[in-house]
Amino acid sequence: MASDFRQQIEAQRPYLLRYASMELRNRDAAEDAVQETLLAALAAEVSFAGRSNLRTWLTGILKHKIIDSIRRSSRERPLDGSDVESTVEDIDALFDQTGHWREPPQAWPEQALADKQFMQALEKCLAALPVRTSQAFLMREHLGFDTADICKELAITPTHCWVLLYRARMALRECLEKGWLKR
Amino acid sequence: MKLSCKEASRLLSQSMDRKMSVGELARLRLHLTLCDACRNFERQLKQLRQAVMRLFEQ
Repeated sequence: MASDFRQQIEAQRPYLLRYASMELRNRDAAEDAVQETLLAALAAEVSFAGRSNLRTWLTGILKHKIIDSIRRSSRERPLDGSDVESTVEDIDALFDQTGHWREPPQAWPEQALADKQFMQALEKCLAALPVRTSQAFLMREHLGFDTADICKELAITPTHCWVLLYRARMALRECLEKGWLKR
Repeated sequence: MKLSCKEASRLLSQSMDRKMSVGELARLRLHLTLCDACRNFERQLKQLRQAVMRLFEQ
């Protein structure tokens, strides 16, 4: 029985690794987080008993390991101010001197999300963001943290946090329009 | 004080992350009734959020 459980868990490794890699943007850190998750899951087999979805349960554990990893790396390598300054310039370039869009956003098709190529473009565009920007964005949009918690884990100020999120959104929509809409 | 598109885009992004003040909401609403581009941008931010959730479910 125990080895059955081990096999079932092991079968989820590729999924968990892709997930952790998108969040952490670092292969070694992602593999560590997944390994810790699988070990924790093995030790906690009893608490899984009766739950229906193994992947959901494992993902729940993985999210905590991902946050631990982001917290550690933020303590080791704090973000510096130049990151924010370049952001302001990037965003300035999208508007003219009166604050109008240089290229006004057009409506995306309602069914964009059902388009496989849209989703592939999104994955590429996320991977092209600066690491901390992408981590902040995914903590917000995917893991559902509020900005106060994101600031704390990334060791940055709330204003800085909003700037990172704003930059991420502006960069992603630009990238999606170039990589997907204008194919 | 009327918002520019640049200011509106910044506030629209923040509205995904924090509660807006009554004044901010009023200025945003006024801008959005007059500006197609920023309405499209607002919609895109929501599509982006949904798309990210879906990306991780695959």
